[in-house]
Amino acid sequence: MTDVSASASPPFRLSMLINDRRYRSLTFQVIVFILVMLGLWWLIDNTLRNLALMGKSFDFGFLFQRAGYDIPQTPIPYTSDDTHLRASVVGLLNTLIVSVLGCIAATVLGILVGVARLSRNWLFARLMTVYVEIFRNMPLLLWILIIYAIFTEILPPPNAYRGENATMSMILFDNVALTNRYTAIPTLGMTNDPGSLDLGARITFNWATIAFVVALVGGWMLRRMIRDHAQRVQDRTGDRPVTWWKSLAVMVLPSLFLIWYFGLHLEPPSLQGFNFTGGLNVSNGLVALWLALTLYTAAFIAEIVRAGILAVSRGQSEAAFALGLRPNRTMSLVILPQALRVIVPPLISQYLNLTKNSSLAIAVGYMDLRGTLGGTTLNQTGRELEAIVLMMLTYLAVSLIISAGMNVFNASVKLKER
Amino acid sequence: MSDTHAQTVPFVRDTMLPAAPPPTRESGAVKWLRENLFSGAVNTVLTILGILIIWFLVATFWDWFAHSVWNASSLTECRQIIAATWGENARGACFAVIRERWNQYVFGFYPQTLYWRPTMAFGLLMVALAPVLFSASLIIRRVVLAITTLATLLCMMVLGAPVGWLVFAALVLAGGLLASERNIAWLLPFSLIYPLLGVWFLWGGSLWGPIFVLVGPLLGWLAWRLLAGISPLLATVGAILVTVLFWLLLAGDAAQSAQAVLPLSIEAVRSDRFGGFLLSITIGVAGIALSLPLGIVLALARRSDMFLIKSLAVIFIEFIRGVPLITLLFVASLLLNYFLPPGTSFDIILRVIIMVTLFAAAYMAEVIRGGLAALPKGQYEAADALGLDYWKAQRLIVLPQALKISIPGIVSTFIGMFKDTTLVTFVGLYDPLKSMSDAVRANIEWKGIYWEPFIFVGAIFFLICFGMSRYSMYLERRLQRDHR
Repeated sequence: MTDVSASASPPFRLSMLINDRRYRSLTFQVIVFILVMLGLWWLIDNTLRNLALMGKSFDFGFLFQRAGYDIPQTPIPYTSDDTHLRASVVGLLNTLIVSVLGCIAATVLGILVGVARLSRNWLFARLMTVYVEIFRNMPLLLWILIIYAIFTEILPPPNAYRGENATMSMILFDNVALTNRYTAIPTLGMTNDPGSLDLGARITFNWATIAFVVALVGGWMLRRMIRDHAQRVQDRTGDRPVTWWKSLAVMVLPSLFLIWYFGLHLEPPSLQGFNFTGGLNVSNGLVALWLALTLYTAAFIAEIVRAGILAVSRGQSEAAFALGLRPNRTMSLVILPQALRVIVPPLISQYLNLTKNSSLAIAVGYMDLRGTLGGTTLNQTGRELEAIVLMMLTYLAVSLIISAGMNVFNASVKLKER
Repeated sequence: MSDTHAQTVPFVRDTMLPAAPPPTRESGAVKWLRENLFSGAVNTVLTILGILIIWFLVATFWDWFAHSVWNASSLTECRQIIAATWGENARGACFAVIRERWNQYVFGFYPQTLYWRPTMAFGLLMVALAPVLFSASLIIRRVVLAITTLATLLCMMVLGAPVGWLVFAALVLAGGLLASERNIAWLLPFSLIYPLLGVWFLWGGSLWGPIFVLVGPLLGWLAWRLLAGISPLLATVGAILVTVLFWLLLAGDAAQSAQAVLPLSIEAVRSDRFGGFLLSITIGVAGIALSLPLGIVLALARRSDMFLIKSLAVIFIEFIRGVPLITLLFVASLLLNYFLPPGTSFDIILRVIIMVTLFAAAYMAEVIRGGLAALPKGQYEAADALGLDYWKAQRLIVLPQALKISIPGIVSTFIGMFKDTTLVTFVGLYDPLKSMSDAVRANIEWKGIYWEPFIFVGAIFFLICFGMSRYSMYLERRLQRDHR
């Protein structure tokens, strides 16, 4: 700034830098650029001096040292002898697990509640309004703590399920046991295990999983082909062939066959001694976090869904009825496509919020990315700068990937402008 | 009609029948029930489900609430009272903990003799907010300010405020009431200096600090007046430069020497004494007040034609929106001493406020950008056609409309930020929800009390957040200019 005003003394040309609109923005940007660079230089210089004073360096070598701590829930094999890097990956996977489960459950619940709030049933609509307002206006942390406290303070220890006249009984057809230490759920068992695909680094995928993914993706693509074919027939002849049973068959039959072929079944947990074995003992931290994230986010999604449906003007459905479309056709062909346009963008940001809010796992001791990389690893190695920078970048990458993926979906539902 | 016709027809009604009442099933409560609760199979099922849910909630919680104890000094005593009154196996809430620990929940560890200071700060905050929040309606203003005046003075008296400060608060509150009756804009200067005043009331210390902070912009204004004749741009730059340089180089020393010459100070309170709702509201109010202007600037920057400005805004906004608030709070608590010159350290509450502000401002910027984008292009073109420069166009034409459109989003960002103030517990501050309740439970008298603190804190948060959302609806209705 000073050099600009000082050098304004040579007439005409240089004063144009401030007074001429063509050059002023350029001048301004150059000044801002210099200021930003100065600011960055100041920060980096400070950091380097501080690091030197503390006798630390900036390197990520600690990631390859032995972690030396245990993680209760490990989606990939992990022992305390593994590196901090692997611990961080386990944490990241745990973050993703609770986020994905939360997004699915919150979407389902949110849509149900959002539709119920528009229901003509006075009582039910009011109840849902109360639910939405209560959950939206209280901090998420409160819900996490309350639900976690319900698990740890009210539920009985596993041995309450023991004996002839046990004080507790398992729910959902004897499949799930809620205890104050963990929630025992069934695992999937196979009588005809095809073995696993080894990806290296002790990460394995069961062939059955791969087969199911292939079957589902293949079925979905076949269904699209059937639909496109039906569309072509309709365009040519005006009659749309009945396809629902074909679509259903290609979607469901391969999976059913695979279930039969691999002998897939539920293995419910059973009480052996003081603990449940046989099933999967999910830590209550995960369950509480998942439930709280679901209930909290669903309240927001319900409002989004409600707003989306209300945004479709009544004339649209009336016009569809006037054209002779049946109610479910009206819903799927007229109302939903228009409502989705309004719903999807805020829904994306709710998914992002849920993923970011999963970092509140700190309140329930669930080992997510913040718990491993930003928690135990940080405390053990004392590398605050590297650990927090890496953690923030990872969260940033996850957020960007989610929003990129959802933007593709958004592009497919948004108004096609010509 | 002819007479013959009249004779052939045996009966002609010459008066109208009184209207018969509708059938019972088509009127009154029965009709309402039929239409709203039992209009079809699905509806009936939903109604029954709703009744079951309500019944379940009442059956689970009713006796617990009905047996609540409000006067006891420990959980054991609570349980004894419940057992004595309602029998051995009765359950009951023990809200006595709220009564016992009320001060701790509201003021944290603030010195007990100084409780009147946050109370006064809060009361005067309402006066400072009156011209901003309730500028339109005299009646609302009258009610709010009258309640504030009474409540503030009463609380200050009960909390043992010195007479001098009582008179001061009474004068300011009376001035607020007077200004509200005559011309609410008179209060705007008070709203402008309130942030400094509020900080001084809460943290105490020397009055010279806030005074010299205030001197900076005054000097800047002088510089602007001097330079305005030469070039408006130069004047603006000069004014900012003078202000910042004064703050950085002179203000601290000047405040110290002034304090040495003429001591003007009240008892200082350190940040670690803050806690409970005092902390939440301090962070919340500061964050709200700072994030809105910053959000507006960021939104304008993101829509700017200048490539560099736009890119910087995009990078900042997307980075902040991509990471959880918790990680930013960790940056505030763990990393800021890396980024600042060696040996400097500043207040943890201030650091948290900065981070919360940056976080909220990024979301705010996106909300306001939505409002800017929703504004018809004609408005921008009209501003250009009137020959307004960029800032005038934004200030007079674009922003008033864009901000009006974005009110719901802005307020929900505020609500989200206020709820997020509870996360400060993870950097060691005493928020009312977790840290304070843990502190209460750490005492042997209240060990094991979970639900009552949660319900109490949750209810307060609900009141504040719900109030904010209702206010935003009122504001939207008030500002509605079309379809009248």
